Amino acid sequence: MFDWLHLTIPPAPAMFAQLLVGLINGAFYAMLSLGLAVIFGLLNIINFTHGAQYMLGAFCAWFLLNTLGLGYWSALILAPIVVGVVGILIERLLLRHIYGLDHLYGLLLTFGLALIIEGVFRQQFGSSGQPYAIPPELQGGRNLGFMFLPNYRAWVIVASLVLCLTTWFTIERTRLGAYLRAATENPVLVQAFGINVPRMITLTYGAGVALAALAGVMAAPIYQVSPLMGSNIIITVFAVVVIGGMGSILGAIVSGFALGLVEGLTKVFYPEASNTVIFVIMALVLLVKPAGFFGRAS
Amino acid sequence: MAESGRWKWVLATILVALALAAPFILYPVFIMEALCFALFACAFNLLIGYVGLLSFGHAAFFGSAAYITAHTVKVWGLPPELGILAGAAVAALLGTVFGWLAIRRQGIYFAMITLALAQMVYFVALQARFTGGEDGIQAVPRGKLLGVVDLGGTLTMYYFVLAIFLIGFAVIVRAVHSPFGQVIKAIRENEPRAVSLGYDADRYKLLAFILSAGLSGVAGSLKSLVFQLASLTDVQWTMSGEVVLMTLVGGLGTVLGPVVGAFLLTAMQHYFAQLGSWVTVVQGVIFVFCVLVFRRGIVGVIASYAAGSRNPPGISETAATGAKPAEPRTAAAPGAP
Repeated sequence: MFDWLHLTIPPAPAMFAQLLVGLINGAFYAMLSLGLAVIFGLLNIINFTHGAQYMLGAFCAWFLLNTLGLGYWSALILAPIVVGVVGILIERLLLRHIYGLDHLYGLLLTFGLALIIEGVFRQQFGSSGQPYAIPPELQGGRNLGFMFLPNYRAWVIVASLVLCLTTWFTIERTRLGAYLRAATENPVLVQAFGINVPRMITLTYGAGVALAALAGVMAAPIYQVSPLMGSNIIITVFAVVVIGGMGSILGAIVSGFALGLVEGLTKVFYPEASNTVIFVIMALVLLVKPAGFFGRAS
Repeated sequence: MAESGRWKWVLATILVALALAAPFILYPVFIMEALCFALFACAFNLLIGYVGLLSFGHAAFFGSAAYITAHTVKVWGLPPELGILAGAAVAALLGTVFGWLAIRRQGIYFAMITLALAQMVYFVALQARFTGGEDGIQAVPRGKLLGVVDLGGTLTMYYFVLAIFLIGFAVIVRAVHSPFGQVIKAIRENEPRAVSLGYDADRYKLLAFILSAGLSGVAGSLKSLVFQLASLTDVQWTMSGEVVLMTLVGGLGTVLGPVVGAFLLTAMQHYFAQLGSWVTVVQGVIFVFCVLVFRRGIVGVIASYAAGSRNPPGISETAATGAKPAEPRTAAAPGAP
């Protein structure tokens, strides 16, 4: 029964290839958990719609290409704006009404929104994926000696790192970020100093959603553009968030990339567990450090 | 008090009489499905409604019990009553582990942890050999109850399902009104105070979680016998979402709410079955509607009209811990004048 436990060391190129896949997945975990953490910090809402908004970003890129003929680079700018505006509308029209309630209602409301968005897209496109081509500038790849690195994947890793660090810098090191952190701690006091906190909440939600959409555009050429892409990834991202703890931006980034790598490694040594390894790690972390690696005890 | 107690008995008698007559009026398979989901929703409500814990992973208990019952009855040839016991036992065991892990965190984290753990069960069900992957376990025999009563007939099966549902429902009602139920409600209202009175809050939460998981398992086992099928749908996160919605529509923390919600949503799925993914959209719309303007649910609203205005049951309307975004987190913030 345990014959599948015979671990063999795979050839190096296969291992590096899986590590690369893990790093790419980790990049998306990091970007998505970052957005979740930013939104949670100010709104105290776990944005269940995050996965659907990531999917919206990918579909937005697909629509821009197939209806307006606008390619990847325009989509990289336009899709986050479009989806971000949708997010702002959601915040203004719906989320605003439940801030005074138990946080669980925020989870339920955004879960309902995710069902609506995904249901509409599944009705239109079915469960199968739509292909989205890699932009011509990033096609091909280079041989690093020990492995073959496709250019697009290198771009995703670099771009996501830059994006994550920029977000971290904005929140931790700029004046705007200081307002944001202050409003997280004590919104009434910040408002008393003349800062429009409700507008800041709206824009923060919009920015978090735009981040998810941007991740969606970057994901489009790697995974297929499918209505289910969001719900598949969001539950894993929740586990990443539990492991990292929501207290810190840097924690979200580090745990995202690290868990992607762990998942890639598991695929090399013990492929059967690659789907579940993050959840197992979550269970172990809960045993040892319930608040998560970077979290503050609740 | 005696007056309202008498009304409750009258209502219960009418409902049971209706349930006994129902298969002659309505499509029995539909009522059986609704009863399974009603038991599932009641078990779920035990956690959200009375302990205030939102589990987003109850499909794990429902689905794993469905698989266990289907497997033991079909492959091992167990009689249905033992198959259901086996399913419920595995669900309760799973509930012990998940509950033990999840009660380390509260509120939103609790929901995320249960969701993630349930997703792990989903992947196991997808990959394990005995679950049949995408096909599930099909053509599960209903067998003979206690070796005597053949459950193959729809009416016999219906009364069997009704009996199990009533037993499960009675267990939940009894638990809620017992001293145990009073303690878990106290923990929901004010955990630090319950702890200061000497109650081991975590132990009570875990007990409630195990009870809820086990009864969800009974519901899942029953469902696999009714439809003679255990499939991936039973363990998927959408199933966890559905049970949340049923309870929310009916009324969190009300005794009959989950039953009403389960019947409504099962009926909706039957009538809208040809609409495909629009069912998901309608479910989402109901979610949003309920959260925004209908948080008490159908039974909650009726009950509050009947009893004058009282505090709604279920998760409290205002945040018990943490801050609302519009209010200060601490009363005396550093730097405050």
